[in-house]
Amino acid sequence: MSEAINFHYVVDGDDFTSAGEASVDIKRKLRQLGVDPAIIRRVSIAMYEGEVNMVIHADGGTVDVNVYEDKIEMILSDEGPGIVNVELAMKKGFSTAPDYVRSLGFGAGMGLPNMKSYTDGMQIDTKIGVGTTITMVVNLK
Amino acid sequence: MTVKELLKLDEFEAVNISDDSRIIKGGYCGDLLSWVMGRAEEDNVFVTIMVNVNVIAVASLINVSCVVICENAELSDELINAAKQKEINLIKTPLASFEACACLSNLINA
Repeated sequence: MSEAINFHYVVDGDDFTSAGEASVDIKRKLRQLGVDPAIIRRVSIAMYEGEVNMVIHADGGTVDVNVYEDKIEMILSDEGPGIVNVELAMKKGFSTAPDYVRSLGFGAGMGLPNMKSYTDGMQIDTKIGVGTTITMVVNLK
Repeated sequence: MTVKELLKLDEFEAVNISDDSRIIKGGYCGDLLSWVMGRAEEDNVFVTIMVNVNVIAVASLINVSCVVICENAELSDELINAAKQKEINLIKTPLASFEACACLSNLINA
């Protein structure tokens, strides 16, 4: 199997308005690689939701995007508080985001459900007080 | 309908236009950005009263044909600069979301 192409991003936790820089950049990179626009849309939206989550809940984190021949893998890691109840967090409409986030148009409880629906696979590894790593995969074939 | 055609109407005022030949195929109205991301489609007009810069990021990710900001909500330089940088067609209107959508719907289906 040929080697993956890797893109690494640091998501700044202080600046809510800059959330999305990484997703917009990955969108451009994938376009340059000739990836199908429908796939790019799914990858960049899922990643944007993940970025926003990291800014809201975890003071930022990192994103690694690995582009393989047959799939795109996104690994979002943070050292935030962890997710207390993953099942609940996955429910549409459930949110623990503070009010100021809602005034910016987020915190509708759609982030994780969107991430799941836009990807072919999503795994959440979380530990209270340690952090959360979310791995998402979008198949290319 | 193209963005250029939309701008012929007095109610819709250009704030930043990067490509007025973009075709508007349907639309989506909403202020909760995750809903918008989940539902809006490429080449839609995105109608909202939200004016923070995340609107531009969402518009860019979905690749909408234009964003219409309703009720003449005040636009910051930061928002306008983000639209310029990301080449997003940004339009404002005094109409409320409901009226703007009714108007746009008539135009799109004409």
